Amino acid sequence: MASVFEYAPAPESRSVVDIAPSYGLFIDGEFTEAADGKVFKTVSPSTEEVLSEVAQAGAEDVDRAVRAARKAFEKWSALPGSERAKYLFRIARIIQERSRELAVLETLDNGKPIRETRDADLPLVAAHFFYYAGWADKLDHAGFGADPRPLGVAGQVIPWNFPLLMLAWKIAPALATGNTVVLKPAETTPLSALFFADICRQAGLPRGVVNILPGYGDTGAALVAHPDVNKVAFTGSTAVGKEIARTVAGTRKKLTLELGGKGANIVFDDAPIDQAVEGIVTGIFFNQGQVCCAGSRLLVQESIQDELLDALKRRLSTLRLGDPLDKNTDIGAINSAEQLARITALAEQGEAEGAERWSPACELPASGYWFAPTLFTNVTQAHTIARDEIFGPVLSVLTFRTPDEAVAKANNTQYGLSAGIWTEKGSRILAVANKLRAGVVWSNTFNKFDPTSPFGGYKESGFGREGGRHGLEAYLDV
Amino acid sequence: MPTTAPTAHALSDVTASDSTLRRFLHGLPGVDAVGLEARAASLGTRSIKTTAKAYAIDLAISMVDLTTLEGADTPGKVRALGAKAVRPDPTDRTTPATAAVCVYPDMVAVAKEAVAGSGVKVASVATAFPAGRAALEVKLADVRDAVAAGADEVDMVIDRGAFLAGRYLKVYDEIVAVKEACGQSTRLKVIFETGELSTYDNIRRASWLGMLAGADFIKTSTGKVAVNATPANTLLMLEAVRDFRAQTGVQVGVKPAGGIRTSKDAIKFLVLVNETVGEDWLDSHWFRFGASSLLNDLLMQRQKLATGRYSGPDYVTVD
Repeated sequence: MASVFEYAPAPESRSVVDIAPSYGLFIDGEFTEAADGKVFKTVSPSTEEVLSEVAQAGAEDVDRAVRAARKAFEKWSALPGSERAKYLFRIARIIQERSRELAVLETLDNGKPIRETRDADLPLVAAHFFYYAGWADKLDHAGFGADPRPLGVAGQVIPWNFPLLMLAWKIAPALATGNTVVLKPAETTPLSALFFADICRQAGLPRGVVNILPGYGDTGAALVAHPDVNKVAFTGSTAVGKEIARTVAGTRKKLTLELGGKGANIVFDDAPIDQAVEGIVTGIFFNQGQVCCAGSRLLVQESIQDELLDALKRRLSTLRLGDPLDKNTDIGAINSAEQLARITALAEQGEAEGAERWSPACELPASGYWFAPTLFTNVTQAHTIARDEIFGPVLSVLTFRTPDEAVAKANNTQYGLSAGIWTEKGSRILAVANKLRAGVVWSNTFNKFDPTSPFGGYKESGFGREGGRHGLEAYLDV
Repeated sequence: MPTTAPTAHALSDVTASDSTLRRFLHGLPGVDAVGLEARAASLGTRSIKTTAKAYAIDLAISMVDLTTLEGADTPGKVRALGAKAVRPDPTDRTTPATAAVCVYPDMVAVAKEAVAGSGVKVASVATAFPAGRAALEVKLADVRDAVAAGADEVDMVIDRGAFLAGRYLKVYDEIVAVKEACGQSTRLKVIFETGELSTYDNIRRASWLGMLAGADFIKTSTGKVAVNATPANTLLMLEAVRDFRAQTGVQVGVKPAGGIRTSKDAIKFLVLVNETVGEDWLDSHWFRFGASSLLNDLLMQRQKLATGRYSGPDYVTVD
């Protein structure tokens, strides 16, 4: 953005976080090396700087962690709910106290802007622990019978887009309901989970209740397949989700999957245009579009297409891309080289299939993984970029003429995680929302999260709900 | 830079009758209050440091309409205000002058003399400020007085009663008449008193109404009610002037007034300008702050940047 009012850099200080040169696995309340001594490096996506070396859990470590969790389960599940709540409240408060440190850490390890980790991720992480702490002693009144029981050991595998938030979504309800946990963070973003392990110790959480096993897909596969795991929870790609479903099929393990999405963001001609533009930006450029519920398909009523696209392009020209630690950065780095390659390939395919590509003038930093915010117009349902999840800052714009056509196009996807409706007409919001086959439908807003609100998908976006009272069910024998 | 010109042909039919005007104003895109306020708040988190802050403070000083609108105003007070507008910080001559001094019509001549030769403008709140509850003839006489005394700018209040009753054409006609009374060389700022319009939809309609009628500036408020300029209503008005220019080619200025007291607040407003309408409006010809106490805080912040330490209220002049 060329302007006479250039903002001087306003970097958040890195000194608030102390990253050790190496980290172990967190098993039974202790940091330990992997049985076979394997380690991997985690890098900062914005600079490619190596942040730390992390132990890589193998099958033997998974077995150790599950056994520790099994042992801890006896005492943890026998505690009165009010006692478990105390630990959860304590964890929530420590997260708040250390939120600046955790926000900087998450930005370093993930590449997303500090503005988002500071203002969105961390407040939500703490809120989830507070919320489920509140449920821990009220499970008898949650609508699942008089005395719902925990399932046992939960094996949880989480993605790299919201490392700490996904951890909170998984661990908070599991602990509140009396389960113990073995969690595998993503290989590109293990650090905040390891800091969380330290928070568990700080909170005096009994040994073995939470175990953290950094590693790659094979670590996750070993955890999912472990015979003594009672519950599997996975957030990530649809392909891996299908594999997990196959592994778990025929066992007595309970399973929830939160997978991909290709959310439709529907803008009617009577929408509040300026706010819709903001919502479209939030929908697809929040966290560089690396959001499973991103509004990656924009469905615009034909009559306002030009006006809306002009406004959107003007708005995209003001997005600030660069150092994620700068408090004024809107768009940070893509999480990994692999992800960048995937986004690049899909965008090229969009061009090859005849869609029109547009990006604002925007300088990409020399090192790190970057992708400019990108719009595709002249997209139809037949284009790959309208069907496949891109998981990056790429928006496909389609048009419609009638509400029925909007609904038909919105539902014409193998996914069904989220959707958005923009209109000033209340009756239309209700009518359209009822017809959309998506787990979350936002109206006149997008990507709004709250611990009290359940989240989950239709079709290939998975099954089961996280968050809210519904989120308890996945961790209770009901 | 586009200058004020007759409203483009495309919109000339809109004001043919009360019903065409109503249909047009009610056909403007709606405003989602939650989304508008969220956007204004998120722009408020921009971190403006060092060189950018120094630039913003000087820019803000140059945009201040230094205002005194008290029943107890005296020629002496207005002269002091004028001197301050011309030379805000006598200890540092690099400090820019303010854009204007803003006074009641009977003080225009005094103010004019106080700022003579400095380039600082004299603005006057005419049209039975602040309530505007007077006959049109009275308002026009008020305007003519101010213009005759040499006012460079007239700040008029709209008839909120007529606006809220849906008599848009009456409000429109009044603005047109006042604009005519201003003549060619006096710029007209139209004050909506956004706190009394109560909904954002109304503020957007009032903005368009004012611009259609020939306002050179649209201004949030008088500073005399509970809710005056806010980041959200200023953001909304900036969107309106941006859209109006896109449709007609005519550029209109924006003036938030009342309640902006600190440099931090002023900088937040400049960020709104920068990221909504951009550098075309980052100039005192197109953006103003209506304020009385803001200037001293800007001066103290400026001294802090220059010396590295805070001085105190006695290191800047009282009016």
